Amino acid sequence: MSINATLIGQMITFALLVWFTMKYIWPPLFDSLEERKKKIADGLAAAEKGQKEISLAEKKAKGVLKEAKEQSAEIVNLAQKRANEIIEESKDIAKKEGDRLIVSAKAQIEQEVQQTKESLRHEVAALALSAAEQILNAEIDQARHQDIISKVSNQL
Amino acid sequence: MATEAHAAEGATGYIIHHLTPLGVGHGFWALHLDTLFFSAVLGGLFIWFFKRAADKATSGIPGMAQNFVEMLIEFVDNQVKDSFHGKSKLIAPLALTIFCWVFLWNFMDLFPVDILPLVGSLMGLEYLRVVPSTDLNATFAMSISVFCLIIFYSIKVKGPWGFAKELLFQPFGPWLLPFNLLLKLVEEIAKPISLALRLFGNLYAGELIFILIALLPCYIQPVLSFPWAIFHILIITLQAFIFMVLTIVYLSMAHEDH
Repeated sequence: MSINATLIGQMITFALLVWFTMKYIWPPLFDSLEERKKKIADGLAAAEKGQKEISLAEKKAKGVLKEAKEQSAEIVNLAQKRANEIIEESKDIAKKEGDRLIVSAKAQIEQEVQQTKESLRHEVAALALSAAEQILNAEIDQARHQDIISKVSNQL
Repeated sequence: MATEAHAAEGATGYIIHHLTPLGVGHGFWALHLDTLFFSAVLGGLFIWFFKRAADKATSGIPGMAQNFVEMLIEFVDNQVKDSFHGKSKLIAPLALTIFCWVFLWNFMDLFPVDILPLVGSLMGLEYLRVVPSTDLNATFAMSISVFCLIIFYSIKVKGPWGFAKELLFQPFGPWLLPFNLLLKLVEEIAKPISLALRLFGNLYAGELIFILIALLPCYIQPVLSFPWAIFHILIITLQAFIFMVLTIVYLSMAHEDH
């Protein structure tokens, strides 16, 4: 239990250990800790920044989307309008065409009526002539009409 | 003492045998080889483990060893920051060394009391006391080193005259100078003595109880030594922690100017 030279030996060992720790152990470990702290802080800051950027981008995307929607709605409106116009136009054209067809048909009908009338008139004339011929054949008297015939023949 | 141990038989002999250091030489120049050997080996273990972690230290993802070492570094650094407000490159590494070294000393206490002495006796060593902190020389070596640092920093920070003034004129002013000096000297000298004796006493008593348990019949031993060992895990850590914290506190007091 006595104090002896072991004390001195232990003090020397202790001094060496402390010196070694101070020189070679503490600084690199402590530095790496500090560096990691900094890295983590930087990482967190970057993450926060990224999040902010994402929210900004989201806002921007929303704006773009809204604009696109508006634009497309406008385009649809225009197209509808144009379609209506086309329908109206084609209606007009159809009506005109119809009118034209009616007119031409009417003209044709008229023409045909005229033709029929003409042919009828010819037929009637022929009938009348044949009827008159028959009547004349039945009624004719050579003697009585001799002078007329001769007059005509004279006139020739 | 060694001769007494030879003479004594039975339980007393067993106890004395376990608490006798392996010494060479006589008088003051005797050396406790076991204390020197085990503390050097444990110090080497500490240095080797930490140096390896320090060499591989990265600020990226730490490995297992680095994680553990960093935990200790952070722990010690927090203790230092809590009580020491100056700037010093020495104090934190000093505290780390004290904590780890004292812890490893104390940890030797958890080895079964007969194993290492048995190995020693096979190698022809008559006595082997494996726990360096049960040797007053080891604890006093550390506390006296700390005491020297206290004196050194007191003089360095306050100047020789400032330190002398503190010794002579506080706490009662210049008219009670001798009384002040006496009080201050006692206060200062009490620091290393209490540091060393506290650690020594706790570990010596702990080791003694392990030895006493080892004397009991073998079927009772586990029942007693297991809880005592568990409890001892707390004690060895606590004693290492107390030594470290008090060192930090004393050194920060040395740095403070009144």
